Amino acid sequence: MSGWLARHLQALLFALGRLVRAPWATGFTVAVIAIALTLPAGFALLVESASRVSDQAATAIDLSVYFKLETPLPEVQQRASQLRTRPDVSAVQVITAEQALQQLQQDSGLAAALAALGDNPLPQVISLRPSASASSPAALDALRRELAAWPQVDTVQVDGDWARRLTAILALLRRLALTVGGVLALGVVAVVGNIIRLEIHSRRAEIDITQLVGGSPAFIRRPFLYTGALYGGLGAVLAMVLLTVGSLLLATPVSQLAVSYGSRFALAAPGLREFGALLAAGVLLGLTGAWIAASRQLAALHPRYES
Amino acid sequence: MIRFDRVTKRYASGREALAGVSFEIAAGEMVFLTGRSGAGKSSVLRLIALLQHPSRGQVNVLGRDLAKLPKGQVPAFRRQLGMVFQDHRLLLDRSVFDNVALPLVVAHTPLADLDKRVRAALDQVGLLDRIQARPLELSVGEQQRVGIARAIVGRPPLLVADEPTGNLDPQLSREIMALFGRLRDAGATVVVASHDMALVRESGLRQIQLVEGRLADTGVAP
Repeated sequence: MSGWLARHLQALLFALGRLVRAPWATGFTVAVIAIALTLPAGFALLVESASRVSDQAATAIDLSVYFKLETPLPEVQQRASQLRTRPDVSAVQVITAEQALQQLQQDSGLAAALAALGDNPLPQVISLRPSASASSPAALDALRRELAAWPQVDTVQVDGDWARRLTAILALLRRLALTVGGVLALGVVAVVGNIIRLEIHSRRAEIDITQLVGGSPAFIRRPFLYTGALYGGLGAVLAMVLLTVGSLLLATPVSQLAVSYGSRFALAAPGLREFGALLAAGVLLGLTGAWIAASRQLAALHPRYES
Repeated sequence: MIRFDRVTKRYASGREALAGVSFEIAAGEMVFLTGRSGAGKSSVLRLIALLQHPSRGQVNVLGRDLAKLPKGQVPAFRRQLGMVFQDHRLLLDRSVFDNVALPLVVAHTPLADLDKRVRAALDQVGLLDRIQARPLELSVGEQQRVGIARAIVGRPPLLVADEPTGNLDPQLSREIMALFGRLRDAGATVVVASHDMALVRESGLRQIQLVEGRLADTGVAP
């Protein structure tokens, strides 16, 4: 084993040993870090789940083309045939005035009143869905203006406002998750930094002796850095456990709620990718906190000797 | 090996611990640093170990002007110095082995060599059978001997001991002084701070005597 590796292994085992020898203190610290990591990670996971639904919804925006009342059905069908040949349109459906009236009579419970009208007051309608590549707001607007310019068309309605709102809300939530995550990450750095600061004070005598026998700053600092990294890493592992348990407990009720609203929304369970990211974030934050505290504190310490 | 040139040390309180002290200790020499409490012995030791700097004058140790030693080289300098502290300075939560091994650990000594040298050092101070004990399980004298083992384990060219026999009985004191004598014979320079004038006289070695921060004598004690 190389000397470098042996020194690092020694520092790691030493740091691990100190954490194990103080299980309660270690447990509380790890729990605080885990909670600080779980909150933004859970939030991000929720936003990620919602994004998948939102992505599907973004490509499911329909346009309804309402024709003028006097427009004959063959003319509408001819326009529908034209639309079916376009690459920026993926689906076209003609809803005749008669079909619309029948539907209204069934759904509204106003069958008698509608029958009393005599003439059908509803227009012929073409419902079309743009292809995924033509679902951007600009492309939709261009298509809407083109269709509205047809002489037989009365009005064109884009039925995707809700999807755009959902996308905007998700963007806001994503930004919020980042902000909360950033603040809590600073919290983790502060917690670990404060613990390392206290640990340096409690081990002042040992640091004095190590300095007196020629321990370099790197040698003295190393176990504290490993302690910080271990706190962060253990916090990340516990956060992952909390996230997994949380997502398992919430998956069924959330899915049932979504189904009741006609949505296929499902809570995503954290996977290996999320675990890797969380572990890396935890270790990095712990290391950062430890580095800041150890560098500042140790630079100010000089060995004391009173005889 | 050690040269003090008109060294003055004045503390923030205004107390002058050393006033223009000059002396030399040759390589391979063993000397006593004597004087009553408050005479300036500890200030001399702190200056040698680079725990403080002189207010005036120049301190040369191991061929280095300590005022010019870069901060990054201080740990390496201290590794060439074996220090025996009056209050032992042991790590109470570590075994005797771990305490003695510390200077070798910080010097990145290979494990196999480390084990051999720690055992040899403990054998020299007669504590090989207490290798796994914790400091608090030892008598004060045994703790002092662990401190001595830690100071000599790295085979430093310069050994500085502050009242190393203060807690030992006369027989053990003589044994420890004999051990220092063997280290001197092996080429090390040894500086022993002591107020035990009987021990100093018995040794027949040169003393650097301080009185109220001033050099009073640098000859063999009468």
